[in-house]
Order: sequence, then structure tokens, then C-alpha cells
Amino acid sequence: MLNDHEVLAKEPFFRITKRAHISNFKSWGIRLIAVVLSLIVCAFVIMAITGENPFNVYLGIIDGAIGKKRRLWVTIRETLTLLIIAVGLTPAFKMRFWNIGAEGQVLMGGLATAAVMIYLGPTLPNGIVLLLVFMASILAGLLWGIMPAYFKSKYNTNETLFTLMLNYVAMQIVTFCIVFWEKPSGSNTVGIINGANEGGWLPKLFGLDYGWSLVIVLLMTVGMYVYMKFSKHGYEIAVVGESQNTARYVGIDVKKVIMRTMMISGGICGLAGAIIVSGASHTISTSTAGGRGFTAIIVAWMSKFNPFVMILVSAFLVFMQQGAIQIASQFGLNENASDIITGIILFFLIGSEFFITYKVERTRAKKEATAK
Amino acid sequence: MTILLTFIQKAIGQSISILFGATGEIITEKSGNLNLGIPGIMYMGGIAGLMAAFFYERAVETPIGFIGLLLSFAATLIVSALGGLLFCFLTVTLHANQNVVGLSLTTFGIGFGNFFGGSISKLAGGVGQISVATTASAYRANIPVLSKIPVIGELFFSYGFLTYLSIIVALIIGRFLMHTRKGLNLRSVGEDPATADAAGINVTRYKYIATTVGAAIAGLGGLYFVMEYLGGTWTNNGFGDRGWLAIALVILALWKPLNAIWGSLLFGSLFILYIYTPGLTRATQELFKMLPYVITIVVLVITSKREKLENQPPSSLGESYYREDR
Repeated sequence: MLNDHEVLAKEPFFRITKRAHISNFKSWGIRLIAVVLSLIVCAFVIMAITGENPFNVYLGIIDGAIGKKRRLWVTIRETLTLLIIAVGLTPAFKMRFWNIGAEGQVLMGGLATAAVMIYLGPTLPNGIVLLLVFMASILAGLLWGIMPAYFKSKYNTNETLFTLMLNYVAMQIVTFCIVFWEKPSGSNTVGIINGANEGGWLPKLFGLDYGWSLVIVLLMTVGMYVYMKFSKHGYEIAVVGESQNTARYVGIDVKKVIMRTMMISGGICGLAGAIIVSGASHTISTSTAGGRGFTAIIVAWMSKFNPFVMILVSAFLVFMQQGAIQIASQFGLNENASDIITGIILFFLIGSEFFITYKVERTRAKKEATAK
Repeated sequence: MTILLTFIQKAIGQSISILFGATGEIITEKSGNLNLGIPGIMYMGGIAGLMAAFFYERAVETPIGFIGLLLSFAATLIVSALGGLLFCFLTVTLHANQNVVGLSLTTFGIGFGNFFGGSISKLAGGVGQISVATTASAYRANIPVLSKIPVIGELFFSYGFLTYLSIIVALIIGRFLMHTRKGLNLRSVGEDPATADAAGINVTRYKYIATTVGAAIAGLGGLYFVMEYLGGTWTNNGFGDRGWLAIALVILALWKPLNAIWGSLLFGSLFILYIYTPGLTRATQELFKMLPYVITIVVLVITSKREKLENQPPSSLGESYYREDR
């Protein structure tokens, strides 16, 4: 056992105090330093693996992310997807409800979208199909969100673990459906749905392939900002998140708020599934969500639940991912390199939050100062 | 009879990775740290062992299996412990949110595993898949005489040493948690760190040690998978959801390593049951694979409904502790 007296007697090297206030300039400065440091470390990692000099590496990343018009749009599309999931998670996290289940909610939304496209896409007019697509995807995501919320509010069932498990249930349901939908049969993939008549595909807007996705996602982003900041619901969510006892004391129906918020959160994540399937991939597989449900959690958290900051964070992460994929293919390596890059950046960003909340001073420096 | 025998053998083969992961996660969670990075750490542990063996077998002309085994075992322990240490540094020292750190660690770890697993052989100037046959055969070696006994030998003694180690580790951790003073201290840290702190227990130190040791144990699950299950090679995402199944098993086992032993066997059986169940179509097979997760959810709901104190998650699970914030 450790002798505690000894520890107390030893003067620690650093003194950590909580900051009472930090200016925006300073806090963003710290984040910027973290980003720069992470980029330097990433460059070293890529250098070590490929032997290329860091300057070329970053030119390659920029080229890979926005170098060609098509690449730029892929980056924008991926950013939008990540963004809408993060926006969907925001109210749940603000309420301190750990919805780790975005992956499953997105998948269920995508699955509902695919179902509507396959069964109704060829027969009904496109406008009606799209309307049904949105309704079905939102409902599916909502269903996946409301289950853990119900048990959380009724029995206080741990929502982190519950939502986590639901992800894999969703994945199995998807593989189950693929068996019926596969094309050509035996391929175990669904292929492009309605490739001939584009039934249930989001059409172009202003001549842009992803025009509608852009509009929908940005509307949701602004809408979420307004909802959280200016509505009574948003205020209730904030109170429940801070302290359920306080919420109960001031007469907020905590159970109702939990259920309602998770319906919204799951619903938006389901809508994200529709954006992916109907707006971009036009197919469904277990990797339709592709880990974005998890990355979005980190995006939402890093942005301090501010939807506008989320635009920045998700754009940055996707930029680096797409760039890393390009670098990897350039050197014939596999594209999982992008996950390593994402991981390193996230560790730095997460770590930097500490220096924003707390002030670290060298104890010795302080002593010398007092001696003078 | 032979079918039953193969079934049990195959089920055990599936369960060992999950058992290592669950045992590691149990000791971690008992300190109040919900390490969702365990799936990533298991990937990291697996690839670290594989790489150590790979470079050893390349470096010497006639590699000796036992040395490869020692090196890869050590590499796995070190790399996965480092993963746990990183988690602790960010969550305990830098006060970051556990879920966020854990998920980042999993993203990183899975990318790390798949990246090096897929390209290490190419980076080292070779061609084709990474393969460490000599070391893997050392891992697969079973007990000489006993394994030859009919039925009993096949049932109990036909596995590599990691299989027995997983059970021994689970037993030791179970005993440590429930029957030693330090285990009691650790549990109190997970239940109520403020009280533990007041009682003179070094909360930070307990969290660090439990999480690092837990991560190292979980990493062995990855090592088992690449060495004994795959026979010393790598397939991208081949490890699949086993890391998450390990976290599910922690719930099913009600945070008790002893339960995890039979629980892992149950999960292992459910994992392959569809192969041995006659009359299943491809579609119903997929529904069968859903069972472990559905069962876990049901257990989670039932335990939270019954509110039996000894079956609850550690009450500070997932929450950070700062003495200053009280």
C-alpha cells in the first residue's frame, strides 16, 4: 500500500487551478495549438510509414480532400452526413443521456429508406416516395431511440450500454433484409436501388448532386441551434442535463423530457440514414453508417453542443480523413490509415479541453517569483 | 456425439477472445472507468503480437516458436497496456469524458490494427499476407499426452495455453475483487470515489492500475484471435464485433468474472449455433446472430428493474472524479 503521508508531503511539480473565465480568443488559440500539434504528429506518422517528406504529405492530403471537383463534393457530402448525425445527438447529450446508438439509429433510418425505395419506388411518383422515405426513416430512427429512453425513464436502465447493444441488433436486421433484397441473388449486396428510374432518389437541386442534402442538413443545423437556445424544450433539456433533482423540483416532467428528447434525437439520426441512402449511396449495407455514428458523438462533444461549431469540426475531420485515404491509395496502403489520423487528431483535441478548463502552473516558477 | 464435440470445441474457440475482453473490462469498470476503447485495444493487442512475431521470424533464419511466442505475448501486453494508459491519462489526469475518449480509442485501435495488418507485409518489402506459422504453431500446441485421450482429451485438453490462461485470469480477478483488501478498495473506488478518497485510498492510482491491467488482459483476447484462431495471420475486420460482445458480456455477467466464464461460453455457442441448427435459411441465420445482443439487453433491463444492489453496475461508472469538484 502506498504511504499517503509521503505523497502529501511531496510538493507536486504543477499546480492545477480551475479557470474562472477564459476568453474566446484564448480558448480557440489553445484548440488551434492542439490541431497544429496533431497535424505535426500525423505528418511524422505518415512520414515514418511512407518515407515521404511532410510537405508533400500535406499537399497530398489537400489534393485528396479538395483537389478535384468530385473529391471536393465527396468531402462536402461526408461532412454533411457527419454533421446531421452530430446535430441529432446534440439534444440527447445536452440532457446527459449517453446515446451511443446513433450508428444503429442511422442504420434503421437507412433501412426504412431502402425498404420504401424498393417496394414503392418504381410505382409511385417520386415526390410521394420521397415524402414516405423521410417519414419512414424518421420513424425508424425514432423507434430505435425511444426504446432505451423508455427503460431509462422507467427503470433507470443504463442507456450507454442499451444503445450500444441496439447498434448490433440493427446491423443484424440489415443483414437479414439484405438476404431478401440482394441483387444479383447470391451476391449478398443490394446493389444500386432503382438505378433505372431513380425512384426515391433525392433529385438535383440548383444543378447540384447533393443540393437537397445540403439544404436539409443546414436547415436541421440552424433549427437545432434555435431549438436548443430559444425554445422552452431546449431549456428543459438543459435543466435535466444539469440536475434531474433540480428539474423535478421546478416541476419539469423528467420522464417526458427524456422520452421526447430521444424521439427527436433518434428521429434526426434516422433522417441522416435517409440522407445517406436516398441522397448519396442508393444502396444499403451494414457499413451504411460506417462508424460515423461514433465519430459524430465526438464531434458533438468537442463542439460543446454548438451546431455551428460542429460544421467546422466535422469539416476538419472529414477533410483529414479524405486526404488520408488519398495518401494511402497513392502509396498502395489500405485506407484504414484515415482512422489512425482521425484518432490522433481526436486525442489532441480531447486533451486540449483540459487546458481550456484548467490553468497549469509550474510550482517552482511560482516559488522563485515569490522569493524575488 | 462427434457433432456435439466439435460444437463445444468451436464454441470454446469463439468464447476465449470474448472472455479475455470481458475480464479486462470488468476490472476496468470496477474502478469506475467505462473503457469503450476495449474493442480498439483488442485490435491493437492482436496486431502488436502479430507484428512482433512477424519481425522476429523475418530476422532470424530458423525461428523458434517459443521465442516468437514470448516476444509476441510481451508485445501484446505492452501495446494494449499503453492503450489503457492513454485512456487513463486523458480521462483521469486530463479529466476528459470517458465515452468520448473510449470511442476515439476504438476508432484509432481498429484503424491501427487493420492498417498494419493489411499493409505491414508490404511495408516491410514483402508480398502477400502477413503470416507467422512457427509462432502460431507454438500458440496452438496442446498438452502432449492428455490431449490424446478420446473424448475427454478433445473436450478439455485440445487447446493452446491461452485458453487455460483466460480461465485462470478470470478466476484470479474474481478472487481478487471479492476476497482481498485491495479488491475491496478497488470496488469502493468504483462505487463512490469520494468516500474512498476520504478513507485514504489513492483513487487515481487505483484507476490507473485497474485500467492498465484491464487493457492488457483484454489485449490478450486479440492475441488469441490472431494466433490460435486464425493461425498467425490477419484478415481486415476479421475480429468483428467481438470487442463489443465482450462489453455486452460484462453486463450479462453482472460484473463478476466467474459469470463471465460461462457467459462467454454461452456467447460463443450462440455465435456459431446457426451452423449447427438444421433447417435454417440464410435469413434466419442472421436473426440467430442477433441473440447475444438481445439477451444482453434483456438482462440489462431485468437487472435494472429488480434493483438488487449487488447486481448493479458500479455506481460511479462512466463518471470522472475530481476531488476539487465536490
